[in-house]
Amino acid sequence: MKSSLSRRHIFNQIFLYSAAILLALWTLAPLYLIALAAFSTKEAVFQWPKLFLPTAFSTETMAFFVSSTGVLDSVWNSVVVALVTVAASLILGAPGGYALARFRFRGRDAIQLGFLVSKMFPTAILSVPLAVAFLQMDLYDTIWGVALMHTAMALPFVIIVTAGIFVGVPRDLEEAAQTLGCNRLQAFLRVVAPLTIPGLAAAAIFTFVLSWNEVFAATILTLRNRTLPAQVLSGLSGSPLYYRYAGGFFMILPAVVFIFAIRKYLLNMWGNIVR
Amino acid sequence: MRVRSESILPYGLLAPTLIFIVLLIVVPIFQAFLLAFQTAEGEFTLIQFQKMLADTSFADAMKFTFLLLMFIVPAQVVLALIMALLIHTRFKGHTLFLYIYALPLAISDLASGIVWLSIFTERGFLNSILFQLGFLERPFLFLSYQNLPAMFGTIVVAESWRATAIVMVILLAGLQVIPRDYFEAADVFGANTLKRTLFVVLPLLRPSLQNALIIRTIFAFQTFAVVLALAGRVIPVLAGESYNWYALNRNANIAAAYATLVLIFTVIATVIYFRLLRTTAAEAGFD
Repeated sequence: MKSSLSRRHIFNQIFLYSAAILLALWTLAPLYLIALAAFSTKEAVFQWPKLFLPTAFSTETMAFFVSSTGVLDSVWNSVVVALVTVAASLILGAPGGYALARFRFRGRDAIQLGFLVSKMFPTAILSVPLAVAFLQMDLYDTIWGVALMHTAMALPFVIIVTAGIFVGVPRDLEEAAQTLGCNRLQAFLRVVAPLTIPGLAAAAIFTFVLSWNEVFAATILTLRNRTLPAQVLSGLSGSPLYYRYAGGFFMILPAVVFIFAIRKYLLNMWGNIVR
Repeated sequence: MRVRSESILPYGLLAPTLIFIVLLIVVPIFQAFLLAFQTAEGEFTLIQFQKMLADTSFADAMKFTFLLLMFIVPAQVVLALIMALLIHTRFKGHTLFLYIYALPLAISDLASGIVWLSIFTERGFLNSILFQLGFLERPFLFLSYQNLPAMFGTIVVAESWRATAIVMVILLAGLQVIPRDYFEAADVFGANTLKRTLFVVLPLLRPSLQNALIIRTIFAFQTFAVVLALAGRVIPVLAGESYNWYALNRNANIAAAYATLVLIFTVIATVIYFRLLRTTAAEAGFD
């Protein structure tokens, strides 16, 4: 009886780990392959059959991509847009998140519902009229226009996530600080803010990745001042394969590193958004 | 006086965001309606929608958008459910696997399309390995208009690969709020893993499952860059047509008509979402 139980246990464990490893391979193998394709010679991209080991390792295709017209500018644009988006959405959104976390007030549920709903509007319905409006306001084809749009897209997310972060700080701490002579702002800055910095940093990084990856609005709102995804997208049909591979990898690498850096916060963040 | 300032404070804190959202989300939506429903002279018209319907790509765009949705969403949910259930057993080393499964969260649909392009293209990795294993004598053209089902399949694979991570995280968050007692009770009654999953875990996970399903459905209506990367314009989709009409043809009116259609489908899905969620949260017994 006992041995059959433990045999079943071992069988279960083997099954569990095989499934887990198989799914990990499904996730990781494509990332390995695009890295392989992005770091090879131009000839290796068209080689038949392809090799699966980095025997043709070379920075040739990557160097070609980076030195192509407009690419470095677009990388710079992407970074600026993402940084502006992070700063603007946190400065605008975090106070709102704090309000939702700390106060009971009339219309609170309606406002919260409004944020949830505004997250769901398709990008197309926002970017097409904004492009028309930006044309009249001289914001079309500027990185500021894209940053405005990205901030609007990120705000509902930032509000909901920061509300979740502020809920996690016990109210007692804040009240204790106030009884010890801090006013509300001081209590916030000296007690609440330091405790929430890791969570806010994770939200900031996630917002950065949202903006870094966004392609539809960025392409609609620009013509020459492209962000990186807009640059790669508009070149899809006219560019050689190795340019696209290098561009794909170039977009993925920082995002994956960032997401890995905030891995511990991911579950909490999504748990908050979903509920 | 103090009470007064306290009661105004939350509105003050929310005001900047609300103003921003009104200016950059609410106003644009009304402007999109104006673009879609108004003539240059400001009269109501359906001409943009008639032009949209007459567009040669319209029927295909509708067909492929809904087909993609029907394949992608279930594939993502099933795959993510397996991942989440595996992680939730908390086997040794499960956190490492969680982080691996979550990695595609960082990847855009455009990048995902390019990743799978390197695999499915004529001299790509898939053809290479099938050739080396002796299954093929020459490359199979996955990405040719002559093999439309194969091309469609590559998009389903790429989207499933990318967005499964999001669904997995949602489902795992849902699993973690299910009280442990439920699992233990099932064990006491001698349920095996499969039975426990089917009859205890899945019903309790219904709110999260439906949540994930509808969120993915809403975003599936917007599928765009991954299609463009893998299929070019051979497989049109609604969001892609909106993009084409504005970015290539400089026609904001028809682009807005397509966008309005996507919005209508999104609203329908959202209404269903809130309806279903309300009933099931109560059914599940904990909220």
